[in-house]
Amino acid sequence: MTHNETVIPERPAPRLTVGPLAWLRANLFSGPVNSLFTLLGLYLLYLLLTPAIQWALIDADWIGTSRDDCSREGACWVFVNARLGQFVYGLYPGGEIWRINLMFATFAALLAWLAIPRLPFKRWVAPVTLVAFPVFAYVLLYGGHFGLPVVETHRWGGLSLTLILATVGMVAALPIGIVLALGRRSQMPIVRSVCVVFIEFWRGVPLITILFMASVMLPLFLPTGMTIDRLVRALIGITLFQSAYMAEVVRGGLQAIPRGQEEAAAALGMGYWQRMGLIVLPQALKMMIPGIVNTFISLFKDTTLVMIIGLFDLLGIVQAALSDSRWLGFAVEGYVFAALMFWIFCFSMSRYSQYLEKKLHTGHKR
Amino acid sequence: MQYNKKKWVMLTSAAALTLGTAGLASATTLEDMRENGAVQCGVSDGLPGFSAPDDEGNWQGIDVDVCRAVAAAVLGDADAVRYVSLNAVERFTALQSGEVDMLSRNTTWTTTRDTTLGLNFTGTNFYDGQGFLVSRDLGISSAGELDGAAICVQSGTTTELNLADYFRANDMEFQPIVFDTSEQTVGGFEAGRCDVLTSDTSQLAALRIQLSDPGGAVILPEVISKEPLGPVVRQGDDQWFNIVKWSLFAMINAEELGISSDNVDDMLDSENPNVARLLGQDGNYGESMGLEADWAYNIISQVGNYGEIYDRNVGMDSPLEIERGVNRLWTEGGLQYAPPVR
Repeated sequence: MTHNETVIPERPAPRLTVGPLAWLRANLFSGPVNSLFTLLGLYLLYLLLTPAIQWALIDADWIGTSRDDCSREGACWVFVNARLGQFVYGLYPGGEIWRINLMFATFAALLAWLAIPRLPFKRWVAPVTLVAFPVFAYVLLYGGHFGLPVVETHRWGGLSLTLILATVGMVAALPIGIVLALGRRSQMPIVRSVCVVFIEFWRGVPLITILFMASVMLPLFLPTGMTIDRLVRALIGITLFQSAYMAEVVRGGLQAIPRGQEEAAAALGMGYWQRMGLIVLPQALKMMIPGIVNTFISLFKDTTLVMIIGLFDLLGIVQAALSDSRWLGFAVEGYVFAALMFWIFCFSMSRYSQYLEKKLHTGHKR
Repeated sequence: MQYNKKKWVMLTSAAALTLGTAGLASATTLEDMRENGAVQCGVSDGLPGFSAPDDEGNWQGIDVDVCRAVAAAVLGDADAVRYVSLNAVERFTALQSGEVDMLSRNTTWTTTRDTTLGLNFTGTNFYDGQGFLVSRDLGISSAGELDGAAICVQSGTTTELNLADYFRANDMEFQPIVFDTSEQTVGGFEAGRCDVLTSDTSQLAALRIQLSDPGGAVILPEVISKEPLGPVVRQGDDQWFNIVKWSLFAMINAEELGISSDNVDDMLDSENPNVARLLGQDGNYGESMGLEADWAYNIISQVGNYGEIYDRNVGMDSPLEIERGVNRLWTEGGLQYAPPVR
């Protein structure tokens, strides 16, 4: 007697448990109340989005060179289009824009090298990025050497200036912040009080005040004829302000590491810097990623405050363009563009931080 | 050892000498400027018709053209200007600290500013004043008919005070509708919250363009306050003060004498002694200011006369279309008057 071993063929799952229809049923229409809210939500979305799309896309004018090409019924993207170069490069001379492009291309290449795990020689690329690259970027952008004409900082602007301010602020503030945080936890009374005073002073003053002092008060203290470049003033102000915030984020991370870790390291005979560098900081920094990125994102948006000291960052250059008498009345388009650019950069930073968290995840996450 | 000591002494004295000459070189604004090859000019960070970057990133405006005129007079090149954009608060500090050599930033000439800040006003390149914008449908042609009107005004400005003063002085009633920013003020006017919008006339023109139907509103002829706007320099360098002052006068004189950027080369042969003196064909009036004889020729050929810069930036050839009004020459009933070159 032989068993009839025919296998029952696979049958698809019931129609109502898989696929988009089931998803809709489970998540949006699981009961009369939820269905009602779903429909209400959809209706609100419709009310909000239709005029926005009508304005931004359907009625909008895209092609042209002057305000006469705009019907003024919808958005006039002609304005943004005509000014795009200026929004990105500021008032940098047209023939020299390749210098900004080259600088950012190099920077992107170095960052990519550091971010992609497979590439070798990271030990060498990191110091090049941190030490040699800023010098290279300064020489390239400012000029004055190797036959490059000087482009003074008051001609820098737009998105490139925003990126420069934010990058310098972030890169310089992180190490200063770590040192300050370690100093604040130190047993040495003078080191500790210096760090506490520094952090509390810079954290207690609004950034706008710092920039204002740097631009209005500082020149009065300097001898006549001696001026410090306003971009440098802004960079120093932003870096000091940011490092105070960073110090507190780092301190929070350090406190989350159990004391036993440091004591165990000490029992193994490690010195202070070894304990910190090999045991405590690697664990702490990993946990601080959300906090650090949070301050980075807020710094990125805070750079718009340099507008009040007469630097044309992305928002500043958009506002300056709005006051050109040939383009009066397109404020909404300009601000929407600026908001979109800021959103793209902040969102990218946020995504990258989530990727980093996943990559460095070693089981501490709850 | 002996030799080394000698060398050391020589080095220090050489260094001292260099420092000394460097100190001398920064003696006057004019010499500094010749060395730098540029006039450092403080402008507004964006005001329609006065100073704003155009599509190519070049600064444009009637304030900017004053900077360009000075650069043409001093360095022979109107483009030799380094623009520093300044906001309303830091403008005077920037001038006092030497970050800029002159300020051409729609700054109203008042007693306090002229006497307490260590600054000197060099003249007036635009006579501004508060005016009224009304909807054309109302059929109003003079501010005297505004009794009982609802008036949109921006809060916290002298505009608000001037408005109250004017209506009290003329024994009229009004209802103020106050807004925070100029965009909101325009919005309020457009939405019909008020019949009249008040601000400085130079701003009114810019606000009018932003209405959805600019033709539907008119600017009344009355001006109810004095806002003379002009270039400013530091006190203590009279030569530089004279240069900025006479650069503006040269443009006004040029318009009066009928010299423009188009005909300035023909005018070099003019028989009119006033023209010959201005253009440096008869005597050298630039010398006493430390300038070349062709200082005014450079201004007019590269920047233009006052009428040209007015029309191009704020007047009928610009989108703002502000009437010349009090900014006409004195010969045509306006206030623009320049002392003669002689």
